Amino acid sequence: MKNAVGREIPAEALAVELKNGRKYEPYQGKGYRDGKYIKKAGPTTKIYENPQESKILPSIRDAVIACGIKDGMTVSFHHHFRNGDYIVNMVMKEIVDLGIKDITIAASSLGDAHDPIAEYIEKGIVTGIQTSGIRGKMGDVVSHGKLKTPAILRSHGGRVRAIEEGDVHIDVAFIGAPTSDEYGNARALGGKGDCGVLSYAVPDSEYADKVVVITDTLVPYPNFPPSIHGVNVDYVVKVDEIGNPKKIASAAARMTQNPRDLMMAENTAKVIAACPWFKDGFSFQTGAGGPSLAVNRFLEPLMDAKGIKMAWAIGGITAAICELQRKGKVGKIIDVQDFDTGAIEDIRTNPNHFEMTASEYANPANKGAFVNKLDFVVLAALEVDTDFNVNVITGSDGVLRGAPGGHPDTAEGAKCCVIVTPLTRGRMATICEHVVTVTTPGDCVDVVVTDYGTAVNPRRKDIIEALDAAGIKHVPIKQLQEKAYSLVGKPDDLQFKDKVVAILEARDGTILDVVKEIKPFEF
Amino acid sequence: MELKAAGTAGTLESSDVMVTLEPTNDGKIDLTLESSVINQYGRQIKATVLESLERLGVKSAKVIVNDHGALDCTIKARVECAFYRGCQCDMDGKFDWGGVIR
Amino acid sequence: MSLPRPKPEKFRLRRTMMFMNAQKPGLIKDAYIYGADSIMLDLEDAVAENQKDSARFSLYHALKTIDYGDTEVIVRINGLDTPHWKEDIRVCVAGGCDGIRIAKTESAQDVITVDQAVTEAEKEFGVEVGRTLLMAALESPKGVLNAYEICKASPRLFGVALSGGDYRKCMQVKVIPGGIEMLFARGLMLNAARAAGIQCFDTVFTNLNDDEGFRAEVKQNVEMGFDGKSLINPKQIPIVHEMLAPSQKEIAEAEKIVRAYREHASEGVGVFTLDNGKMIDIAFVPGAERVIKLAKASGIYEGDL
Repeated sequence: MKNAVGREIPAEALAVELKNGRKYEPYQGKGYRDGKYIKKAGPTTKIYENPQESKILPSIRDAVIACGIKDGMTVSFHHHFRNGDYIVNMVMKEIVDLGIKDITIAASSLGDAHDPIAEYIEKGIVTGIQTSGIRGKMGDVVSHGKLKTPAILRSHGGRVRAIEEGDVHIDVAFIGAPTSDEYGNARALGGKGDCGVLSYAVPDSEYADKVVVITDTLVPYPNFPPSIHGVNVDYVVKVDEIGNPKKIASAAARMTQNPRDLMMAENTAKVIAACPWFKDGFSFQTGAGGPSLAVNRFLEPLMDAKGIKMAWAIGGITAAICELQRKGKVGKIIDVQDFDTGAIEDIRTNPNHFEMTASEYANPANKGAFVNKLDFVVLAALEVDTDFNVNVITGSDGVLRGAPGGHPDTAEGAKCCVIVTPLTRGRMATICEHVVTVTTPGDCVDVVVTDYGTAVNPRRKDIIEALDAAGIKHVPIKQLQEKAYSLVGKPDDLQFKDKVVAILEARDGTILDVVKEIKPFEF
Repeated sequence: MELKAAGTAGTLESSDVMVTLEPTNDGKIDLTLESSVINQYGRQIKATVLESLERLGVKSAKVIVNDHGALDCTIKARVECAFYRGCQCDMDGKFDWGGVIR
Repeated sequence: MSLPRPKPEKFRLRRTMMFMNAQKPGLIKDAYIYGADSIMLDLEDAVAENQKDSARFSLYHALKTIDYGDTEVIVRINGLDTPHWKEDIRVCVAGGCDGIRIAKTESAQDVITVDQAVTEAEKEFGVEVGRTLLMAALESPKGVLNAYEICKASPRLFGVALSGGDYRKCMQVKVIPGGIEMLFARGLMLNAARAAGIQCFDTVFTNLNDDEGFRAEVKQNVEMGFDGKSLINPKQIPIVHEMLAPSQKEIAEAEKIVRAYREHASEGVGVFTLDNGKMIDIAFVPGAERVIKLAKASGIYEGDL
């Protein structure tokens, strides 16, 4: 059956069983579930009426045993420690060593730090993966059909919806935390590997049957104000190291000096400034990648010229936006993740820099997340096609190596979603006829800025008028795609087998696309 | 013009391709092709390399191509350069621009 | 695929000439996107001595394949004191570049030598004789002193450029803010170029972190009368274009002159008075037309001339 973005969704994918019995549907277009109701799926939690002195257990193994983890269960993790994370590998090793199998990992994201999990997948111990990001060896083995069930890939907001709706039920959440007290009040500051916020772990702490906080820095009770509340936590484990602090918080990304990135960033800023929402009190989100990050720098003089300020910025936070706030040009920063030490330092001391939960950030099924109030978002892409569909998950070889993250959430929510990407990367055409995998539907994408010109989604007549009025040139996206192919040649279609290895959920829980097992290249 | 020794041209940088030609005497082109874009462009890269070799009159050689997303114009340039280097001809000699080099 | 480029225009707008290593595929494939008037594919200093052959193959296929559009494509060849320049010229002509920059030009004879080699190559490759333009880079005190003779040496020559790095070395001076160390060379070269009726381009500004210094130098270039500047980074392009752009007042004045001239010319009148009382004759017209052309290229002209 073809869905609203023209993707054939095989029966095999539609038949995948969700924990709550909900049946998968193909993607129907944006806003499809607006106004409908959900019944939230509460966890089954233990009563601790009798006072206990401490929830501390001596080891992760003890926690795995105390939680009663059995074959077929689902365990969850967050990705605030990014490439410095030790938690996933430490916990999974204990689970595997205890001979437990048929485990589903439901993480907010997984990355290169988790290569060891690939082996558990190949051995058939880990049989399910539900995540936003998947990369490295894990992406490779999943793409080669080694995971027993299709991986389910969700946006950050879609993940919260899936947890709340009960599509996925977390049996045990393992939450790494820079600091915790003996009752599991956990914070992202004050430890050895601070990550600033723990936003993505909050739904896990509220909806998992059992919750374990893992820290390397125990602090006196009460560790307040906490990101993860002790009332939701069953056990606390102290380990030597939760991760590699250098990789948890990288030094601030240096502003790109790449002239191509700078040119695209400047043009993106001009597009934003031409839109009617660029007025005093506007809201903004941008990424940490080269051209996206550089947009901050080019936006500032345009704000000054118009005499306006930004009311709030959200998303993954970088030192660049904190810097802009210090100059008095941003009202509040509402933070769901910190990308560098500058952002972490800032939230430590800045009273106008706040932590929010993943649900507050992007959940499409709550009563109005921050993304719904967002004016502008600037995003990157691996590929964009002539229907404005975006791919951020599969590389030019069809292998999983990315993360939808907040991309689909902010794209749908924001009044103006700008994708900034070079027309080609090496020989890969970024603007193409058909993306390998749709991760953000074209009906949510408004403007594409490339080094060869800007294209506006024809659905957005208002933005077209605004750019025309400002004298900003734009071309049909087809023209960009043709230019790309004239440079690099028309790519051959990737060869896939029939097996579905991953399901790309739209944020509302319908199926946007599937990824199939890659066929090794043959001449 | 004939290959006398191994000739190499190009780099392993992004958008470039490293090409090595080695003379053989079995009358075959033995092509080893690695590419970061092999799934989408493997066939085109192979065709470009073989066409260039044919124009240059190379009939027997071991050909190693390590591509990092080079465009066709770069692939041709590297194959030709590797060939003339393998022929040990004067680097500033008169080349056949627009003839076999095209 | 072959893209014969249109016949090069000897006196076109050349505000910005951006240098690119002809050996780097990632750079030359689309150097035109930054909007320089001319790009300068370099076979000389940017290319290592043992890669001169490789750079020529890259250059040839780039020239034959890549659609540079309206951007002028110039190639800097190796100096006449090297073994490379003759083959550099053959590949330039065979590939069909618009112009050749002669490095280290010391005398009129250098230009003549290159001119002859270009003519030979044009005949060899079936290119219209005279199609390929030349520009001369003056890099030494001797070259600067011979500027006028150099400027007159070939009908192919559209301009001269100063190459500050080598010149300063010869003069035993360093870069001085304000450019006192280059004042003589710049002045003499400009004078020679104007006397010979060709264009004149200033040297590169290499400190990419010094935006203020760059702006100051471009301002001086404009005031001294340079047509354009050699650049090493795309971020310098919009700054030069902005600073070379005429003011709205200049544009309005130029418009008046061109319009009035056209009106009077059709009536056979050669000298006339503008509404502000200014006497105008034909000598004012090329300058006014140049202002309009600059305004158009700078994207600030909204009139219909």
